[in-house]
This record gives sequence, C-alpha cells and structure tokens, in this order.
Amino acid sequence: MAYSEKVIDHYQNPKNVGTLDKSKANVGTGLVGAPECGDVMRLQIEVDEATGVIKDAKFKTFGCGSAIASSSLATEWLKGKSVDEAIAIDNMTIVEELNLPPVKIHCSVLAEDAIKAAVNDYRKKNGLPELKFEESVIH
Amino acid sequence: MLNFPIYLDHNATTPCDPRVVEAMIPYFTNSFGNAASRNHPFGWQAEEAVDYAREQVARLVGADPKEIIFTSGATEGDNLGIKGVFEMYASKGNHIITCNIEHKAVLDTCKHIEKEGGEVTYLKVKDNGLVDLAELEAAIKPTTILIAIMYANNEIGTINPIREISAIAKKHGVLLFTDAVQAVGKIPVDVNKDGIDLMAFTAHKMYGPKGVGALYVRRKNPRVKVTAQIDGGGHERGMRSGTLNVPGIVGFGKACEICMNEMEEETKRVSALRDKLQNELLKIEESYLNGDKDHKLPHVTNISFKYVEGEGLMMGFNKNIAVSSGSACTSASLEPSYVLKALGLGDDLAHSSLRFGLGRFTTEEQIDYTIEQVTNTVNKLREMSPLWEMYKEGIDMNSIEWAHH
Repeated sequence: MAYSEKVIDHYQNPKNVGTLDKSKANVGTGLVGAPECGDVMRLQIEVDEATGVIKDAKFKTFGCGSAIASSSLATEWLKGKSVDEAIAIDNMTIVEELNLPPVKIHCSVLAEDAIKAAVNDYRKKNGLPELKFEESVIH
Repeated sequence: MLNFPIYLDHNATTPCDPRVVEAMIPYFTNSFGNAASRNHPFGWQAEEAVDYAREQVARLVGADPKEIIFTSGATEGDNLGIKGVFEMYASKGNHIITCNIEHKAVLDTCKHIEKEGGEVTYLKVKDNGLVDLAELEAAIKPTTILIAIMYANNEIGTINPIREISAIAKKHGVLLFTDAVQAVGKIPVDVNKDGIDLMAFTAHKMYGPKGVGALYVRRKNPRVKVTAQIDGGGHERGMRSGTLNVPGIVGFGKACEICMNEMEEETKRVSALRDKLQNELLKIEESYLNGDKDHKLPHVTNISFKYVEGEGLMMGFNKNIAVSSGSACTSASLEPSYVLKALGLGDDLAHSSLRFGLGRFTTEEQIDYTIEQVTNTVNKLREMSPLWEMYKEGIDMNSIEWAHH
C-alpha cells in the first residue's frame, strides 16, 4: 500500500514534535493508545489564558507513518484555534486531508481522541468540568 | 554504485537467477510439449526435461528422483503432505503434532483437519523459537500418525533440531513431515541423514520461478503414501494430477543445481554480511535479537527496536530498502506477528520488529547503506516517540493505564 504524498511529507518533516511543560496550568496533555496496539500518541496544547486561543501545540507519536502524520497535522490545525473549536475537529477531516485508506482510519480517530484528552486535561487543571465525548466508533 | 531499491526480503521470495531463466526459455516456445504426451517427440522432449529436473531437485536433498512429486508450490505441498497422510493413515490414527510458529499453510491445514475429525497438538516453542524435544515426545500418543515441524522458520530464521525430531518420530513409529521452504537451497538438507519422511519446498525461495515446488515422499524405510488431493489424469504417480509445469520444473531443477554447487561459497559470503548487519544493528540501544542466535539460517536476522513501531520505521527507508515487519500495521488484522508473540515477546516488541533476509545478490555496500539508514531512522523516530521519552525519564510504562483499543 502506497502512502499519500501528504502522509510522506508529514512523516519526513513532522510539524511540532516536542514536549510542553506539563506543570503549567495552561498546558493540557492527552496521551492515548497503547504500546501493545502499536500506537501511542501524546498531544499537548498551550492555551493563551487571556484569549482562550491555543498558542502552541506539540506531539510525540509511537506508531506507523499515518499515525505520525495524523498527529502532526492535528497540531498544525490546533494552533490559533480556540479550545471549543479544537474539540470540533473531526477525524474524518484528517482522513480526507491525508487520504488515509480504510485500514488507517484508526490513526485519525486516535488523533481526535488525543485532542479531546488534551482539552479535558486543560479543563481539569483550570477547574472546569471534563467534557463527555461519545465513544469513538472505530478503534 | 548503489542501485535502488535494495531487496532484503529474500524470505518472502527471491529473484530468478538469470541462469535459471535461460534454462527455462526454450520450454515456453520450441519445446512446449506436454510431458504426458507419450506418442510424439514434443512429449518425449518435455518428459526428458522433467526427468532431468527431477534428478537435479532430488540430488539437492539427497532423495531418489522417484520420491519427488512436483506441485504448484509449498502451500500445495503442505496441504498434500499433511492432508494426504491424514487420509491415507486414517485406520492407524488421527492425531497430528505440530507447533505454534508454523507457516499458515501448515496451521490452517491442521485446522481443516480438526474440522474433519482429526486431533492436532500445537506445541509451544521455546523462547528461542525452537521446538522442545521433551514436550514433543510427551505429546505422542498411540493415535499419533504424523509430526509436522518446520525445518526453519520464515520470520526469525531459526533452524529446528530436525535429526533429533526424526529420531523421536522413528522411535515411536510416527511419520515426520517438514515444511523446508526456507531451508532447502540455503543449508544442507538431506532427507536420509535428517530422517525426513515427507518434505515440502518451493522454487521461488531459492532463485527459481514462482508457481512450482515439490513434495518429497519417502519410498523406502518406510514406504510412505499420501492420498491425492487433486484428482485427474494421475500424474506424479497418482499423487498429484495436473499437466506438469515444464518450464517451471526445468527452472526449479536448474535452481537446485546452482544451490547445490554454490551453497558453501554463498553461505560464507552471505552469513558474513548478515553478521555485520546484525552486529551493527544490535549496537543500537534497546534493540533485541528475535530467535535463537546460533541455530539460525545464514541469511536472516530479525531485530526489535524498542519504542519505535515497525511500519513507521520501514517508512523511513522503504523507498530504498525492502524489508518486512512483524508489526500489525502491515496487515488489516492489527494483530502483530503470531510467531514473535509465540516467543514470549510482548506486543510492543513484536510491533517493533524488522526482518532482514539477505540473498545471493546482496552486496556489502547495500548492507552498509542499510545499517546507516535503519540506525538513523530509529534515532529519528525515537526523538518523536513518547515511549522513548518515558523510558529515558525512567517512567515505568506498566504503571500507566493505557486506553486499549
């Protein structure tokens, strides 16, 4: 199975690889997946407390090229979005942007889950109730 | 000069040796006869070519030419050997012993036999990938008719103690079948010295063409019979009907002859390259060799690079280097390699494995390039891996509550 050019580009030149300071109140961290499943994604957001806008996003991913590309793309999309806009990112838009084949859809689901987990971590740190999300269908 | 892509997946298939292709060509056009046509020169010529190839194949494995049944490949040989014995020896018993890292062609054949009323014991291999002889002997019952154990494993390259296994089979009057696809042509295999009763192998793993293989069926001490699985014109002494693939068989014969003549030299050269690759890659921190270090085919190595995922790793160089991975991501099932899991590897290590299969045309330059590419990609992906970061920070990954899929 050949990868799309966009997946290859994200894999070769991943955007926003790195680690944000977990101890800061305005940093939310989402860690999803499991080593046994062959995918682990850690996605972090740093929120501008005055505006509620995500000013930085970083990721680290253990997984296949599509998982790396999905998380790299997610961090790009997150920057500049409000927290509410962030949770509206749907995995299928990632699938479309990266031309992921059906067997790789779970990579995009993982990215969506990572965003939601990071947002909830941020909310928790700031005394906001955690949002309930519907269970993702494809895993 | 390096030509890309570099092929290091010789356990999957091998290129045809140009000498093999050259030997085959006349049998597509001028000498196109049906080897079963007894009444004209076209048939005689084809039959003569098949007979000659049968001798070449038999010689490589120390068999009598009459003991070689040509098939379409090893999957057919596995089916014919195992199902054929199960049906032929039904009055003697219905129990078969195999192991849990056999090729799917053996495992699925055994599953089929279970549905047909057979009983199958799947031995667990040891952590080094080898069959435990004591467990094997203990599994034998009065109803046991066949032991089906592979000569060498396709994923990790481990070589089973086949002579010890055949001694146990003989002691208990049980037949021994072996899938020797990965071994024949690579290491010395001798059906008599090794005590093998039935053996499946194939041309395309030894620089011959795809679509042709053989089942060795012993004729003396004991005389073994199999029930045909394909009915028809009664070719191959009634054991395998179907017009013979004459060009393929000619190529198979030539491939066997070349392996026979060049095995010693080739093994020396290829195993030195494999050792270099293996040693250099095992210098990478947190990399692990899968399967026994010593009882191993000369051209194979299988290594796990902890904290990076196999498919992601391959993507770093698979435009230029062809290898395969035990990672789940390469299949639709999302389950990592059952062979690696059978060695007791955790799923995380199974996901992180690469198999390198070197071959006749592999060069040192290719190996040097591969070492560099794999090392760089492992390092690059670890920089991106949250697990590597946790490992470096001393976080116990078992303490984390992972969200399992």
